[in-house]
Amino acid sequence: MSTAALDARRPVAAPARPLTPRRPRGTATGRFLTVLAWAAGLLFFAPVAWMVLTSFKQESQAASNPPTFFFTPTLEQYASIIGSSGAGSYLLNSVLATGISTLLVLVLAVPAAYAVSIRPIKRTQDVLFFFISTKMLPVVAVIMPIYVIAGQIRMLDNILTLIVLYTAMNLPIAVWMMRSFFLEVPGEVLEAASIDGASLLRTMRTVLLPMVAPGIAATALICVIFAWNEFFFALNLTAANAATVPIFLMSTMTSEGLFLARLSAASVLASLPVVLAGWIAQKQLVRGLSMGAVK
Amino acid sequence: MTTPETSAPHAATPPSADGPRRGRTSPRPDAAARADGWRRRLPLMPAFLFVVICTQIPFLLTIWYSLRSRNLLRPEGETFVGLRNYLDLAVDSTFRTAALNSILLTLGCVAVSLVLGLGLALLLDREFLGRGFIRTLLITPFLIMPVAGAMLWSISMFDPTYGLVNWLIGTVGISPVDWTSSFPMLSIIIALVWQWTPFMMLLLLAGLQSQTPDVLEAASMDGAGAWTTFVHITLPHLRFYLELSVLLGAIYVVNTFDQIYLMTAGGPGTASANLPFYIYQRAFLGFDIGQSAAMGVVTVIATIIIATFALRLIFTSINSKEQS
Repeated sequence: MSTAALDARRPVAAPARPLTPRRPRGTATGRFLTVLAWAAGLLFFAPVAWMVLTSFKQESQAASNPPTFFFTPTLEQYASIIGSSGAGSYLLNSVLATGISTLLVLVLAVPAAYAVSIRPIKRTQDVLFFFISTKMLPVVAVIMPIYVIAGQIRMLDNILTLIVLYTAMNLPIAVWMMRSFFLEVPGEVLEAASIDGASLLRTMRTVLLPMVAPGIAATALICVIFAWNEFFFALNLTAANAATVPIFLMSTMTSEGLFLARLSAASVLASLPVVLAGWIAQKQLVRGLSMGAVK
Repeated sequence: MTTPETSAPHAATPPSADGPRRGRTSPRPDAAARADGWRRRLPLMPAFLFVVICTQIPFLLTIWYSLRSRNLLRPEGETFVGLRNYLDLAVDSTFRTAALNSILLTLGCVAVSLVLGLGLALLLDREFLGRGFIRTLLITPFLIMPVAGAMLWSISMFDPTYGLVNWLIGTVGISPVDWTSSFPMLSIIIALVWQWTPFMMLLLLAGLQSQTPDVLEAASMDGAGAWTTFVHITLPHLRFYLELSVLLGAIYVVNTFDQIYLMTAGGPGTASANLPFYIYQRAFLGFDIGQSAAMGVVTVIATIIIATFALRLIFTSINSKEQS
């Protein structure tokens, strides 16, 4: 990038938020960077596009060499997935495990985050450290005892087991996230409420929760993503009754031989809820993935 | 998104126990202070106990299992064997391979996706036609169900006969490659990098956009070139975001299981097994609880040692950021 380009940009660089002034649009460099960004975006998306394309093919077109690019699309694969026996029960299990665990996480994490932000307890730092450290505990290190205990209390292949584990899995992230949202509530608001003589419960409901509602939504989004996509616990702790969508996806490959078009249609359907949610809530996604550390 | 609204009233309930008596003074100040301390701690307790019960107790049991010889196929032969499971590990060459693969996989994936993510974040940190659209395309690999992503790569992309990758390299005259058998680790790393680059990009893009434009403006007025500005202003500003990306990325990638299970099943042989996969194999296919528990304990200790250093780093970063 030349200095001349920078100089040309300077006189007009006065809008409210000049987006990276060192890269002016309209120059050759600028055009090149735009093309590069488009190329990178399309390259990363290409496998997904291919998966979607394959899902509209006949099986013979899906596994062809050279690959088939032009064909008459068919909804046959989608119809076969939606109509397949048992697909509904996998879906129901996923919805239950994801939905209930996310609700449970919020019910537990919001008060906990309050205790480490608004009216902080002593040793707040240690508590936060403890929560994050459990995320570093490799899951495989605890799967055996969980399997044995679940077996002893007859909870194997039970959706409740997944709900409890998904709650424990997402709770540390949720506490960190909600804390970062609580910390943004201005102190004056809380003081004003307490001078008014509002009880804590009322302050919480009428002042605090509405202010952190976007935070609750962002936290829920992250919990939903991780719970919906979870595979390891589902693989080891469920069988016919409590198996979730990822297990269904895997079974379309292994039990019936390889039907690539059908597998692709199943993959698209299985990924769709989280992909759509993530697309819609891109801003919340960043904050959630960084556990609230990045605003 | 209806979940948060419906959950809000429930979420408000637990702290209520703490509520009504605020501000009333008790006759004895130290008792009052202690009571206040407990009132403050009360809202934390349900979440804290839940996590302790679900993570710490199973881990203590893992330590207990690791000191015993126990095989689910032979329930009668359970004995206390002390550290023998750990000594067996020392001579288990597959365990060493798996440990090495874990390190390779984590370092490789985190390093490559960090660099790619930084490049993409820089590309997206400027206005251009279709910026929002491209960002949406770029985050998609992270949102795709990992099981779907793993099968997409191992079959649609890497299949030796009809995979897209072999067709692509065929157009420039390279003969077909059996990716997941010949280059199992590389194949897995490619699939992982594809999944984790968007994650890094999102975090680093947020970092870039939190830069104050004035500073960059001032630098360019002082005649600093793009590279000088990047090295001396942008990179130091990004330090916190880079550290965070590495730490969080490593936490998730070190636990990689889905891709290995579905793409190579740890093979050929044990060439691409990492620790989570090898422990899983020993536990659920070999039913060797004592041995797999010992491996789990060793993995946790190693993780704790590495993570403690990383966490201290991040905590200092976050604190200095919150105070500024």
